Amino acid sequence: MSATTVMTTPPLPAGRTLRLGLSRVAYEVRTYFRQGDSVFFTFLFPLVFLTIFSVAFSNVNFGKDAAGHVVTAADYYLPAMLAAGLLLSGLQNMSIDIAGERSDGTLKRLGGSPLPVFSYFIGKIGQVLVTGLLQAALLILVAATAFGVRLPSDPSRWLTFAWVFLLGVTTCAVLGIALSALPRTGKSATAVIIPITLILQFISGVYLQFNVLPIWLQNFASLFPLKWLAQGMRSVFLPDGFAVLENGHEWNLTGVLIATAIWLVVGLVLCRVTFRWIRKDS
Amino acid sequence: MTDSDAVVSVRALSKTYGSFTALDGVSFDIHRGETFALLGPNGAGKSTAIEILEGYRDRSGGEVSVLGLDPHRGGIAWKARLGIVLQNTGESGNVTVHEQLAHFAGYYANPRSVDEVIASVGLEEKSKTLIRKLSGGQRRRVDVALGIIGRPELLFLDEPTTGFDPEARRSFWDLITKLKSEGTTILLTTHYLDEAAHLSDRAGIIAAGKLIDIGRIDEIGGADSRIPIVRWRDAAGLQERRTSEPGAVVAALMKSGIEPDGLEIVRPSLEDVYLDLVASHEARQGNESVLENAK
Repeated sequence: MSATTVMTTPPLPAGRTLRLGLSRVAYEVRTYFRQGDSVFFTFLFPLVFLTIFSVAFSNVNFGKDAAGHVVTAADYYLPAMLAAGLLLSGLQNMSIDIAGERSDGTLKRLGGSPLPVFSYFIGKIGQVLVTGLLQAALLILVAATAFGVRLPSDPSRWLTFAWVFLLGVTTCAVLGIALSALPRTGKSATAVIIPITLILQFISGVYLQFNVLPIWLQNFASLFPLKWLAQGMRSVFLPDGFAVLENGHEWNLTGVLIATAIWLVVGLVLCRVTFRWIRKDS
Repeated sequence: MTDSDAVVSVRALSKTYGSFTALDGVSFDIHRGETFALLGPNGAGKSTAIEILEGYRDRSGGEVSVLGLDPHRGGIAWKARLGIVLQNTGESGNVTVHEQLAHFAGYYANPRSVDEVIASVGLEEKSKTLIRKLSGGQRRRVDVALGIIGRPELLFLDEPTTGFDPEARRSFWDLITKLKSEGTTILLTTHYLDEAAHLSDRAGIIAAGKLIDIGRIDEIGGADSRIPIVRWRDAAGLQERRTSEPGAVVAALMKSGIEPDGLEIVRPSLEDVYLDLVASHEARQGNESVLENAK
């Protein structure tokens, strides 16, 4: 043969799944912010809605706290928009993004490279974590500075915020990866995914006040994670007196934890079973 | 009966989609350090074959071994030894050329230098440009760069030079020659027969899912297909004679003392040989189906 040297490939170093996962996070975050439409429809969308509701309902009285302060539209909608942000950045953006990557050949290229599938998942979940955190920080900042929302001072409330946020963002990202298998093509992805997330937002107390929905609808919404995430967020930002408006008349953080954790496990199992780099033989 | 020196070994490979047969009993070996071209018309089954070897598609029958493993079972360590340049790519490309290559380099244990690879595909000036802003031919060069960044032992090139201008094609040829000298084994498909002739040691020709010929580039089609053709023009029109002694034919022509019009001696190129092979295969298939229908 004409070969002058015999090529051999050195073995791959250990721990590369995590290292490559972190390298994917940086790569994913960078590309996310270069994609104008996803920045608008998932990153800034909750902020736009918080602004609309705060302005549109500026004369509406949502109740009073124990000290007699009026709860404004901005106060009331901040937790709802934080929950919506988790759903949009996690589930909606992720599923549409991955369906697109499957159609345009990105995943085919990755599937032919030595990138472990778990590194890819770490990258996606990390991206949602980073963008979700920035989104939540921006929402809270604008709510506090532009709309005069009084933020909780009790550290235990911020602790609740931290775990609801982390659990919510992970669950939504994992469910997004799982749902990405649903659209047949990248082009149909928005048409398949957006109705799901839109209906969830309407029945889970994001746009409409949850306590005015009929009880059967409240019970139906309780099957899905968004209702619980919104409830968890309300427990952080609304006065304690508002707990009586919840289905069950309490914040029920245990319920939030259990319902979301179940969806996290369901999502993980679905990812493991359904995720493919490419649709074989298509 | 497998060759121990074979990097790729394919035996009686078949692939069917429902009632359609994409590949039918294809067998070939690719030896270490060799460049092998798989040629054939559109839809003949070249990409199906290459994607089975890359592990993207399942086969319907036959045996396949790539770097000693069934691609079906190829894991991460196996993929780390391959370089794949797919036929179609259309990623959103929100990263620069340099970012993309630096990122992919991280997947491999012993990658090539990012800047050297960018230079070798002639994209130094586009290094900081977003991939989506590149032209089709430039994006194709990024594909090639991604294929070689991991210092692969075996490189798959599925129509790598589509959209290249002649200059880019020439520098691509130089790059492949360099990879060959470093010992890379290469499987190439291309529609440019001059490219196949220039780059590959051996070629296989696929038509309608069957391997119709295989051999060294200068042996494809058999010795008869290389017999030169003498052409000239006289009062009766264009004359053509296939002969292994073209000099004698020309000498005989010159006896009349008149310089023949448009005289040329042509040695069939790989392209001529290839076109003859495919045409005669299609004609045979046509005859067979006529016979089938007559039964």
